[in-house]
Amino acid sequence: MKLTLKIWRQAGASDKGALKTYELDGVSQDMSFLEMLDLLNEQLLHNNEEPVAFDSDCREGICGMCSLMINGEAHGPEVTTTCQLHMRSFKDGDTITIEPWRASSFPIVKDLIVDRSAFDRIIQNGGYISAGTGSAPEANSVPAPRDKAMRAFNTATCIGCGACVAACPNGSASLFLGAKITHLGELPQGQPERYSRVQSMVGQHDAEGFGGCTNIGECASACPKEIPLDVISQLNKDLRKSMILG
Amino acid sequence: MAAGTHYLPGLTPTNEASVQKSDDAAGYYVLGDKLVDAKAPTGPIAERWTTRKFENRLVNPANRRKLDVIIVGTGLAGGAAAATLGEAGYNVKSFCYQDSPRRAHSIAAQGGINASKNYKGDGDSDYRLFYDTVKGGDYRSRESNVYRLAEVSTNIIDQCVAQGVPFAREYGGLLDNRSFGGVQVSRTFYARGQTGQQLLLGAYQAMERQVAAGTVEQFTRHEMLDVIIVDEKARGIVARNMVTGEIETHLADAVVLATGGYGNVFYLSTNAMGSNVMAAWRAHRKGAYMANPCYTQIHPTCIPVTGAHQSKLTLMSESLRNDGRIWVPKNAEDCTKDPRDIPEEDRDYFLERIYPAFGNLVPRDIASRSAKYMCDEGRGVGPEVDETQPDGSVKKFRRGVYLDLGAAIERLGKDKIEEKYDNLLDMYERITGENPYEVPMRIYPAVHYVMGGLWVDYELQTSITGLFCTGEANFSDHGANRLGASALMQGLADGYFVLPNTITDYLADGPFEKVDESHPAVVEALDGVKSRVEKLMNINGERSVESIHKELGQIMWEYCGMDRREEGLKTAIGLIRDLKKEFWTNVKVLGSADSLNQDLEKANRVADFIELGELMCIDALNRRESCGGHFRGESQTEEGEALRHDEEFAYVAAWEFGGEDGAPVLHKEDLIYTAIEMKQRSYK
Repeated sequence: MKLTLKIWRQAGASDKGALKTYELDGVSQDMSFLEMLDLLNEQLLHNNEEPVAFDSDCREGICGMCSLMINGEAHGPEVTTTCQLHMRSFKDGDTITIEPWRASSFPIVKDLIVDRSAFDRIIQNGGYISAGTGSAPEANSVPAPRDKAMRAFNTATCIGCGACVAACPNGSASLFLGAKITHLGELPQGQPERYSRVQSMVGQHDAEGFGGCTNIGECASACPKEIPLDVISQLNKDLRKSMILG
Repeated sequence: MAAGTHYLPGLTPTNEASVQKSDDAAGYYVLGDKLVDAKAPTGPIAERWTTRKFENRLVNPANRRKLDVIIVGTGLAGGAAAATLGEAGYNVKSFCYQDSPRRAHSIAAQGGINASKNYKGDGDSDYRLFYDTVKGGDYRSRESNVYRLAEVSTNIIDQCVAQGVPFAREYGGLLDNRSFGGVQVSRTFYARGQTGQQLLLGAYQAMERQVAAGTVEQFTRHEMLDVIIVDEKARGIVARNMVTGEIETHLADAVVLATGGYGNVFYLSTNAMGSNVMAAWRAHRKGAYMANPCYTQIHPTCIPVTGAHQSKLTLMSESLRNDGRIWVPKNAEDCTKDPRDIPEEDRDYFLERIYPAFGNLVPRDIASRSAKYMCDEGRGVGPEVDETQPDGSVKKFRRGVYLDLGAAIERLGKDKIEEKYDNLLDMYERITGENPYEVPMRIYPAVHYVMGGLWVDYELQTSITGLFCTGEANFSDHGANRLGASALMQGLADGYFVLPNTITDYLADGPFEKVDESHPAVVEALDGVKSRVEKLMNINGERSVESIHKELGQIMWEYCGMDRREEGLKTAIGLIRDLKKEFWTNVKVLGSADSLNQDLEKANRVADFIELGELMCIDALNRRESCGGHFRGESQTEEGEALRHDEEFAYVAAWEFGGEDGAPVLHKEDLIYTAIEMKQRSYK
């Protein structure tokens, strides 16, 4: 296949970026989207032009490192991560626009790479269960009801890629937040810190400059792990209750 | 466990030290002194770790905050260690090359984690898990380390559950288990097909909690380029800030490497793109021994390569072999046909034909090699891929065999298969564009895990004082082959329980003399790294880093892959030496060193992969036996099974760096068993 690529190039955080156009030939349908970019980079290197910087690591759809807005959609047209998107989703002659995640809380580092460390800081503010190593009780001494454990699992699958933020017109990270709140809040081990956790995490979310949720739902449709939108209801419910509890 | 195996307390040796007679690698190495693990415990095997924990000196809480520990890597081993040491009150500096510790490649592990909880009452015990692991590793691991691993396995599950790791549960709310990797008990805990990710998130969250508490300082997008040694002790690292390009020095009282495996030496593997050997290799060049580097686990059921563009490979759970029949066309001319148009009589179910007793369930190494042989013969299926031959010519191969679920779908129904394999088959369809319910799947072996790594003693300390190594990056627990669901177990055992106990004994020597940035050893290490980076930036050659890495991968896979032979290994060593020259004279790195530069990162890593590749070939050449994931063509039974030679090779091969142009020095550590008797593995 032959493609026209419009790619956001930006040398560094303080530089002004712009879309640049490249022609790429010899793309196979079997390539993943990132392998297509690898091919482009080999071509650029050959022409003494600096390769396009983009993030990827596991390339198995699980580490959450890859990002990319592809034709305006987070991770592109399929419900998956960019590394698992394949070129058979495109046609010969297509023009593809590739940009970094768009959100002020994810500043651009270079080209298509953004800084998602705000997510780490949200987790630092309560996104855990305080359990000291070496002193844990026997695992089966606290049974967890199967349905709750299932729901905990289904929300723990969040890979922290940031697609929800990039897709949200408000730049909100409520789906990310709701997933962690639900995961820990559904388990018996997570109860003691349940209400302090939600306040602290939401506080950090707002401090990082993520926007508020207005229930648009773009986040859940862009989520490669299909985290359900109702984790945001859970988040709001826990937040309200935490305020009543003071 | 084999019937009739009896418990040995661990007080009497059951074997004698081996004596090597063959010397295939003569001329490629220098024989050094025998190596003895001076920290190895003695006494009854079940009491060794408890005794050691009691004997280890402690550091009082007020003194802990005066001690600094650097931990490189944030996977299960590194993340868990950072969380635990931080919580104990030490100052921890944690480094990872990713943008967040949560992305370490431990996330990708699918199957599960073993623990001898015996929840099923099916006769499991620490001793049985220990026994299975030593036997599975073909008696090439250290028994004291493995017993300790089995012993702490149960604590890991308790710890993770307390952290909120969502393991699979039964209706009553108790933890569920499954059986895995051919063992006869149900001891594997799992979180659907994402056990690694869930365990890693537990460790990551615990670590982030310590970041908030101020005990752990986190350095993301940082890569270690050298270890700083002062007065023969590891006292820090040189790291590159991958965003600003700044080369920084970080000093501490002890350094821990938890940097994972080096499977990417083969270019294509199931490892993450960024997984590299640099930290371990830099330490090796500074005096840390590299043990059993040639032990590579090759997994038979991965999605095959589709073309030269391929950047990495994806594993398909081996459980598919329970229901899939593996075949290739009998006639090479049928290889391009739609498999559904090939009648039964023209299909060669080669595993069922050659190994009638085990059929499609033969062990990993046999299944892998058989698939390779079929494709070498020209009966592989799937897309044709160019392969460069040693003489530079290019030959075309189809690298794939069918894994056919057709018969199972007919027998059990599509719904049952769907329920059993669920997202696995979706993943396959996403990557290949083929529906596995309609068209037989295609699979091929791929590099998955390495059992070799930095040599460590019982305390997980390398041959450099104050430098520790944990998880896949060390060599100690899996011998020549790793059993399913035991990688996660080792990572967390080392990180949560073993290292935090053993490093304390070392830190009890503190306070250590303060070292500052102006110390000659620090300046020297910093300058060394800077000039290396400058050198890479100034070669200005023609070849991309990527193309050289691919070439190295082809050499390694062809000659040091599934079937290694003397002649091939010697050829490979020559080719790698030439490639090293090519790299240092003809590589091209664009951009600048003082900003984010992914090509420079790769160049730094590939330079080390080339040197490691040569050592792997020398190690493989020396070991003229087949064991676990190491198959020497010259050493096999009539049935094509791996043939071990305990009388010659029951030792750990620990290699010392022999200087820039010198030969590596081989130190042998004898493997003496006291709690287990060596037996030939048999699949009869």
